Amino acid sequence: MKALICIGHVPDTTSKIKFTDNDTKFDTTDIKYIIGPYEELALTRLLDLKDAGTEMHITAVNVGTAETEPTIRKALAMGADDAIRINSEATDNLFIAKQIAEVYKNGDYDVIITGKESIDYNGGQLEGMIAEFLNLPSVSGASKFEINGDKVILEQEIEGGDLKLEASFPFVVSAGKGFLPESEPRIPNMRGIMMARKKPLQVIEPVAHDAVTEVSKFYLPEPKPACKMVSPDNVEELVTLLHEEAKVI
Amino acid sequence: MAVLIYTQNYDGKFKKSVFELVTYGAAAAKEMNTDAIAVTTGKLDETTLKELGKYGASKVISVTNNELNDFSEQAYASVIEQVAKKNDADLIVLGNNPYGRAVAPRLAVKLNAGLAAGVVALPSSISPFTVKKRVYSGKAFADIVIKSDVKIITLNQNSYKIEENPTDIVTEDFTAEIPDGAYAVKPIEVVKSSDKLSVTDAEILVSGGRGLKGPENWGMIEEMAEILGAVTSCSRTVSDLDWRPHEEHVGQTGKVVAPNLYIAIGISGAIQHLAGVNGSKVMVVINTDPDAPFFEAADYGIIGDAFEVVPKLNAAFKKFKEEN
Ligand SMILES: Cc1cc2nc3c(=O)[nH]c(=O)nc-3n(C[C@H](O)[C@H](O)[C@H](O)COP(=O)(O)OP(=O)(O)OC[C@H]3O[C@@H](n4cnc5c(N)ncnc54)[C@H](O)[C@@H]3O)c2cc1C
Ligand SMILES: Nc1ncnc2c1ncn2[C@@H]1O[C@H](COP(=O)(O)O)[C@@H](O)[C@H]1O
Repeated sequence: MKALICIGHVPDTTSKIKFTDNDTKFDTTDIKYIIGPYEELALTRLLDLKDAGTEMHITAVNVGTAETEPTIRKALAMGADDAIRINSEATDNLFIAKQIAEVYKNGDYDVIITGKESIDYNGGQLEGMIAEFLNLPSVSGASKFEINGDKVILEQEIEGGDLKLEASFPFVVSAGKGFLPESEPRIPNMRGIMMARKKPLQVIEPVAHDAVTEVSKFYLPEPKPACKMVSPDNVEELVTLLHEEAKVI
Repeated sequence: MAVLIYTQNYDGKFKKSVFELVTYGAAAAKEMNTDAIAVTTGKLDETTLKELGKYGASKVISVTNNELNDFSEQAYASVIEQVAKKNDADLIVLGNNPYGRAVAPRLAVKLNAGLAAGVVALPSSISPFTVKKRVYSGKAFADIVIKSDVKIITLNQNSYKIEENPTDIVTEDFTAEIPDGAYAVKPIEVVKSSDKLSVTDAEILVSGGRGLKGPENWGMIEEMAEILGAVTSCSRTVSDLDWRPHEEHVGQTGKVVAPNLYIAIGISGAIQHLAGVNGSKVMVVINTDPDAPFFEAADYGIIGDAFEVVPKLNAAFKKFKEEN
């Protein structure tokens, strides 16, 4: 199996979010970047399958400026075989999807995998856009990925239950929770980090595609008034507050 | 010109979240001086279809192809594309749920339309078209400007108030063309979850964390949920420990929820947990540790031992319910 895995470069989940330039830009001061958690689950799943004997070649792909290279190197240190960076600011999702579709056309990949969503833009868009550009079948938010001969068994959460699906290569899938059963993502060891330095990381220039969306302003949530404390010996007061003040019961 | 709203049905019925979508779509259509048209897939009876008129849709287009009883991202996207083109839709509204999220990106490519996913309010401006969406996993919001002719948005659940605004709705049947290969990913079976409300549909959530010590202590949590007509949820630690099923896990990597009332019991309030629940209207925390971060996010708090506070609170809720 030849997999193309889309690696996002996102602020660590514990980051405190701030903006600059009149709230038009994300403030990167003190921000630590990580691989998007969902694609990290997906990469780990592929590596587990490889360790269990599935023939597997994993290419990590990212649309980003040179700043994202440490994140791509981390994917290589975890065990991806090689990587491609498309040298461009990652802004509009249609633009990013177009770039990844181009990479797919120039390789002979069996599957394209993205995370269910990025934890900065929260779009959940790339999988469907890439699939549509390439006219490939797709599964969004898969919670299972099991190889069965030349087919893959997937599960997808839909209203009222889980839909079990069978896909044939090639296809596109976005990984949700459950894609990686049990285990936690791998922490690269020294050897992995050393090896990652020697693995190929190809940098290519983007193809043209007009961006149709842009962020004009960011907002932080309104600060909340202080929490009203209720004594544990007077829980009736909480019931009254929820009824009369908050009007939620 | 039209606003097209994709109205998903579940077993032939609409859920409340669909009425929210229609109310929203109708309000957007009003601002844009155009009509709100709903589109459905699968077989629905006339009375059910007409329910959408209560919330301001002036027309509902019912796509009746049998194949559509099974979900396929490709087939659904193609069907909505056909209806959108036929009705000259310039705004398409879908729910930010598994269906909407699967279908909207494909539609965006088909119609060369800008897509804003996870929208939380009506457009603040029609020209340039600007909508507010959730970013940084709930830690912030952003105004997105969509510059294409056709615009697509997915609306976050519980972000717009359902309102009645009855119209004389007309229904129209439509037979769509299903593209070859639309079912290349083959549906095998649906493993049904229980019929109870899901955490994303609930108006009140009673949520438990590791502070509850073990799954055997969930009786009082379930009892509170029962009294309040609520649904139970939990922190990731709890579902990772298999104390509770994974569908109950809320937070950044679990379900993102926005109920009217979220009651957190024995949950510390880690940033990744809060990211998934801070859209709740009102939050209550019960925790032994006065320094638990949840107290900074909550509206009401009790510093105390859940094993003492919850039974007392259950009795008080019960008394309240009997009297009201
Ligand atoms: C990438 C990533 C993603 C994550 N995503 C999520 C997510 O989606 N959702 C999520 O929930 N977490 C998530 N986490 C985990 C998160 O960081 C916390 O570890 C987790 O939320 C803690 O769960 P908890 O509050 O139940 O347990 P704990 O942190 O152990 O807190 C237990 C709390 O119970 C209190 N307590 C103890 N005894 C009692 C008692 N008798 N009565 C009342 N209170 C008591 C304690 O004071 C404490 O505050 C994520 C972490 C990472 C790294
Ligand atoms: N700049 C990028 N380069 C490569 N992959 C990306 C990029 N941005 C997002 N992705 C992938 O697309 C998924 C969904 O992103 P989004 O649509 O922004 O929520 C992420 O989980 C990543 O797998």
